[in-house]
Amino acid sequence: MKKLYKLTKLQAFWPVMILLFILLFNGIITGGSFFEMKIVDNHLYGRIIDIIRNGSKLMLLAIGLTLVLATGGTDISVGSVMAISGAVACSIVAGSLLPTAGGNVAIAITIAILAGVVCGAWNGFLVSKIKIQPIVATMILMVAGRGIAQLITKGKIVTVNSDAYYFINGGYIFGLPFPIYIVIFTLILALLVTKKTAFGLFVEASGCNPNSSRFAGIHVGAIKLLVYTCSGALAAVAGLIESAGIKGADCNNAGLMIEMDAILAVAIGGTSLNGGRFSIPSSIVGAIIIQSITTTVYAIGVPPEITQVIKAVLVIFICLFQSAEFKSAIMKKIQIRKVA
Amino acid sequence: MDTGKTLIEMHHIIKKYSEAVIALNDVQFKLNSGEIHALLGENGAGKSTLIKVLTGVEKRDEGTILYEGKGIHFQNPQEAQRKGISTVYQEVNLCPNLSVAENIYIGREPKKGGRIDWKTINNNARVLLDRFDLDVNVTRKLDTYSVAVQQMVAIARASDISAKVLILDEPTSSLSRVEVEKLFEIMRRLRDAGMGIIFVTHFLDQVYEVTDTITVLRNGEYVGTYETGKLSKVELVGKMIGKEYAELNNKLEENSEETAEGELFADLNKISGFGTIQDIDLQVRYGEVLGLSGLLGSGRSETARLIFGIDKIEKGSFEIKGKKVKFKSTLEAIRKGIAFCPENRKTDGIVGDLTVRENITLALQAKRGMTKTISKQEAQRIADDYINKLDIKTPSSDQLVKNLSGGNQQKVILARWLATKPELLMLDEPTRGIDIGTKAEIQKIVIELAKQGMAVIFISSEIDEMLRCCGRIAIYRDFKKIAEIKGNAISEETIMRYIAGGDLYEKTI
Repeated sequence: MKKLYKLTKLQAFWPVMILLFILLFNGIITGGSFFEMKIVDNHLYGRIIDIIRNGSKLMLLAIGLTLVLATGGTDISVGSVMAISGAVACSIVAGSLLPTAGGNVAIAITIAILAGVVCGAWNGFLVSKIKIQPIVATMILMVAGRGIAQLITKGKIVTVNSDAYYFINGGYIFGLPFPIYIVIFTLILALLVTKKTAFGLFVEASGCNPNSSRFAGIHVGAIKLLVYTCSGALAAVAGLIESAGIKGADCNNAGLMIEMDAILAVAIGGTSLNGGRFSIPSSIVGAIIIQSITTTVYAIGVPPEITQVIKAVLVIFICLFQSAEFKSAIMKKIQIRKVA
Repeated sequence: MDTGKTLIEMHHIIKKYSEAVIALNDVQFKLNSGEIHALLGENGAGKSTLIKVLTGVEKRDEGTILYEGKGIHFQNPQEAQRKGISTVYQEVNLCPNLSVAENIYIGREPKKGGRIDWKTINNNARVLLDRFDLDVNVTRKLDTYSVAVQQMVAIARASDISAKVLILDEPTSSLSRVEVEKLFEIMRRLRDAGMGIIFVTHFLDQVYEVTDTITVLRNGEYVGTYETGKLSKVELVGKMIGKEYAELNNKLEENSEETAEGELFADLNKISGFGTIQDIDLQVRYGEVLGLSGLLGSGRSETARLIFGIDKIEKGSFEIKGKKVKFKSTLEAIRKGIAFCPENRKTDGIVGDLTVRENITLALQAKRGMTKTISKQEAQRIADDYINKLDIKTPSSDQLVKNLSGGNQQKVILARWLATKPELLMLDEPTRGIDIGTKAEIQKIVIELAKQGMAVIFISSEIDEMLRCCGRIAIYRDFKKIAEIKGNAISEETIMRYIAGGDLYEKTI
């Protein structure tokens, strides 16, 4: 019992509970077919696999945003960075940009990620050096980013014809879709960096109390620069997956409004938007929850016009469950009933 | 003193935070109108909890509270305020980004035709603050004024709202002597108008200066209520903490002997900051406690900030161990062996949402660098070590620092810096808002560290404390160092005269 109580104190506990509930709900309304998995041509197919594959972009963004939010900032430019990265990569593969590269996919990927790093560093520079409020600072790139992407593609939708590039989204290794490996690799890397070095501690300290952190010898500015850069780089990777999925770069629609879903994923994971304590695995769970909701809404046959409303209602309930006050109020009600 | 009618009566108050943590155990308290009542006790004695229970911030587990003879059960401080009980806390609880007048009338704005009547607000605010002899522009933002002014505004607001009971929780911590005088005058005036005032403070002198009655709590229990005039200071201290204080005090006296001059650690030569101190010469030596004395804003803290690389040096030369240095960040200062406990421990010291362990190892980790991680076991060992050495009262090193009392938070910050093994330790008001027991402990630690060879810079507004700890004192006035005294020349009177600015003294430098 005591162990169980301790478990409920973990940051990931409630997000995991909510996720299990949503999955169970899905299983029931689909009469079990939700959990079905089939192996076709050595590839695993099924709703769960779809959720993880389609949610991979969101998970990557959530990892980056967890760090940004933990420092007390925010980054609403990730969707635009995805568009830039997709535009860069597709243009290179298609040969319209940097023709000397000869459409080499590896070069395209590298330069696209570098573009993301530059975007992130720009955000970090505005926030930490120029000291613009994060939401305004990143809004600059959010608005300008799609324009930059249009410039790169010269205003057209660039389509690519490269199996190597398609592999980023559609490939399979050992029966599992390739994006899953990208997420797992990134997650392990992020956990190593935040847990095995003092980076995580410094991020939390900077988010809790930047003044005290500076007095204790932490370069708060450098930490901020770093987290925004990470967020930019991860958004670029998400942009690659997106463009590989639609086999081209659509600057107007790639990653449109995804920043809101990603911030929501972190919030559902229980990381405070005011900065401070964070948990990357919880944010991953948050991202899966959002992806599952999207899938659920389709599965129960909600007309597409009102899917956003249903999603919003569900999110309200989840946020209520995440609130400490709400939980303690419910606990009290239960206790009173027991006494009576 | 006319005692008037009973305003508040509290009986058999019990408050438990959990089965093990009993904050108040069968406490009683009585406040009359036209009375200034001191509520005293060490940190953790239950003063704050009693006030929280009274004003509805916390719910009591047992006991009765009568307010003007009627039983009450406030649900929140707003309700208490509506009924005439308002509180001014140690930390200013106003909105820094609103104007002074807005702060005074927020939540109860006078309206005219459904719209806020700014003219009346500003006029009334001006009249109100005039009564407090406070000459401020009420339309300017609150944060353009000093903490002292902000505190006065908070008190003005509280006294304007509630006509009956005013609770002042450590209001004088950030006020200068003159401002304290002004506050006391106002308190007396409010008392004479029939208000009941509860005054929580750590300054015993102030208790004797302004209060009529004293109630002492110890470890969550009621010790007694006394008439201020009939209780001597020694007796009072005895009631608050028992015998320990006298013993500690004796030990300190023994320690304050003069020490031989140590080796030079830092040498400041005609140092000026941007818009702060001017042409400061200062030598810091190993093995001594160097005091920086002066009024708030005279340049004492500014000197420490320059040494620590928080603010930039405009001109002058700064040498450490004979080598010229110019710090671009606090980290460079830390790596040169300097440590700094800042004045405002809540905003610049602790990282509230991190654990005690993380707070203690934070500066050491920064000093080592990000990739040279302190393992959890090592951090645990360091934290436990200092929790023992400094007697930090915490359930475990996993406790969040914000849950500790002020004195223990200060010890955590001290531990953070000691863990970096500094050669120069700078302490800015390390004992502010801390109970006398812990205060004496910290003073003892400081003297002990200097004895072991550390260079210490000690900054405090309390001359008492400076006399006790420092072997040499530099005195500041208006951003200039006006004198340096040491050994037998140090006395309360000399320091006071220098600070006050006797021309006679300046010539002798």
